[in-house]
Amino acid sequence: MIEILNLYKAFGTQMVLNNLNLAVRRGETKAVIGRSGVGKSVLLKNIVGLIKPDSGSIKINGVEVTNLNEKAYDKLRMEIGMVFQGGALFDSMNVGENVAFVLDEFMNLDKKTVRDRVADALALVGLKDVQHMMPSQLSGGMKKRVSLARVLCMEPQIILYDEPTSEVDPITAAAINHLIIELRDKLKVTSIVVTHDMNSAYQVADSIAMFYRGQVIADGTPQDIRNSTHPVVQQFIHGQADGPITEDESLIFGHIK
Amino acid sequence: MLNLVFKTGAATNSLIRYIGQLTILWSQTVVLALTPSFKGRRSLIQANRIGPGSFIISALVAFFVGMIIALQMAYQMVQLSAEIYIPKIISVALTRELAPVLTALIVAGRIGAGIAAEIGSMTVTEQVDALKAFAVNPVKYLVVPRFLGLIVMLPVLTMLSDIIGIWGGYIICVYKLHISHEMFWKMVFSALAMKDIITGLVKTIFFGMIIAIVGCHQGLNVHGGAEGVGKATTAAVVRSFILIIMTDCLITFIFYFLLNV
Repeated sequence: MIEILNLYKAFGTQMVLNNLNLAVRRGETKAVIGRSGVGKSVLLKNIVGLIKPDSGSIKINGVEVTNLNEKAYDKLRMEIGMVFQGGALFDSMNVGENVAFVLDEFMNLDKKTVRDRVADALALVGLKDVQHMMPSQLSGGMKKRVSLARVLCMEPQIILYDEPTSEVDPITAAAINHLIIELRDKLKVTSIVVTHDMNSAYQVADSIAMFYRGQVIADGTPQDIRNSTHPVVQQFIHGQADGPITEDESLIFGHIK
Repeated sequence: MLNLVFKTGAATNSLIRYIGQLTILWSQTVVLALTPSFKGRRSLIQANRIGPGSFIISALVAFFVGMIIALQMAYQMVQLSAEIYIPKIISVALTRELAPVLTALIVAGRIGAGIAAEIGSMTVTEQVDALKAFAVNPVKYLVVPRFLGLIVMLPVLTMLSDIIGIWGGYIICVYKLHISHEMFWKMVFSALAMKDIITGLVKTIFFGMIIAIVGCHQGLNVHGGAEGVGKATTAAVVRSFILIIMTDCLITFIFYFLLNV
């Protein structure tokens, strides 16, 4: 369903995606793990067309998207929902208006239908009676859930999650993980979940891809990743400060006398 | 010397690029403003923010500028016993030049800065990316309503400033220079032609475009979080001011030399 081949993206002299290859099957939830700055979010933005790759191929449902014009891409975007890292809620609108955004923009629905669909989407993410609150009144976890509700209103085939469990408490993180699993099981949504949170990755993913220096260095089931002998994978999944990832970095150990 | 040449070249290059980017944004905005679907409510919201909110300050400025012109003119004209011509000067100077430019500068400071800050903070918090991800064109959604709001409301504000500015001059002329009420208005209307008012208002349409496009361009191109938003806001005001004055000079030149108005 999503097929990425030989993808390159550089910002100035910094090569972020360096011959990246990745495939996500229909209905699969793929977790993408790796250190900050390895290009995980850049990959999501490439898929949704917010950033154009320098070269390479991205196919969504068999359609090559790297050379699509904006109009054709917009059609495709209606099938892709993206949950942004900070929620990216429109701060001039209240929660209800945020969740109803796509319905108001593209669908000619009566007010009651919109209200009901908004309430349903919010109920799916475990929120109620928050329609009149402004984004500034919400906690980080609530923002993420409202952001997810906004995406669910689109009824997308593909959902891209950019660190859905960062900056939220463990209980909310578990609820979000549970929701990602439910969306896969009940609605057969294809998902890419960018995360640093290994618990979340193990819990939600059918497969996990590890990014390192702009490439996928390991791709397999959660069990495969746990059992990987690759030293970079081992250092990352066990959260060790010392190892091949950090060998050329001057970390803080030993500086405090 | 070579360094100076390189610096000048780089500055010219970035200026040309900037003007090019503004032109592209302007043309996208005009095309999208004329392309369905039309969401008039958004433009009305922007017009409501721009007009009533800026009226008091632009009226105050126009009122006092009217008084100031009258006083400054009186300083010379009284010596020539020609103070009777002051109402003519006030009305023509205000409608052709001062009210359009001063109102535009006030709106650039008040609204242009607001546009850059609002869109800039949307850019850094990924709200603009979210619009694109939802297949919504940010230019259509964010720039077009502000553009339309400004090109409608700036002429309205300017007309009100014209009137209030002339009343400012009236206070000085009638109560300080002892020109009669009837004579004041007779001189104002004998000097003012429709072309004076129209040329002033035509300018404001261009000024409105400048404020909208510069503010939105700065906002959409913010980099670097809160600091970037601050810089974009300052740049929006400074660049709008410069472009308004330059455009004013150009339009006045065209009106005077090419169209004889």
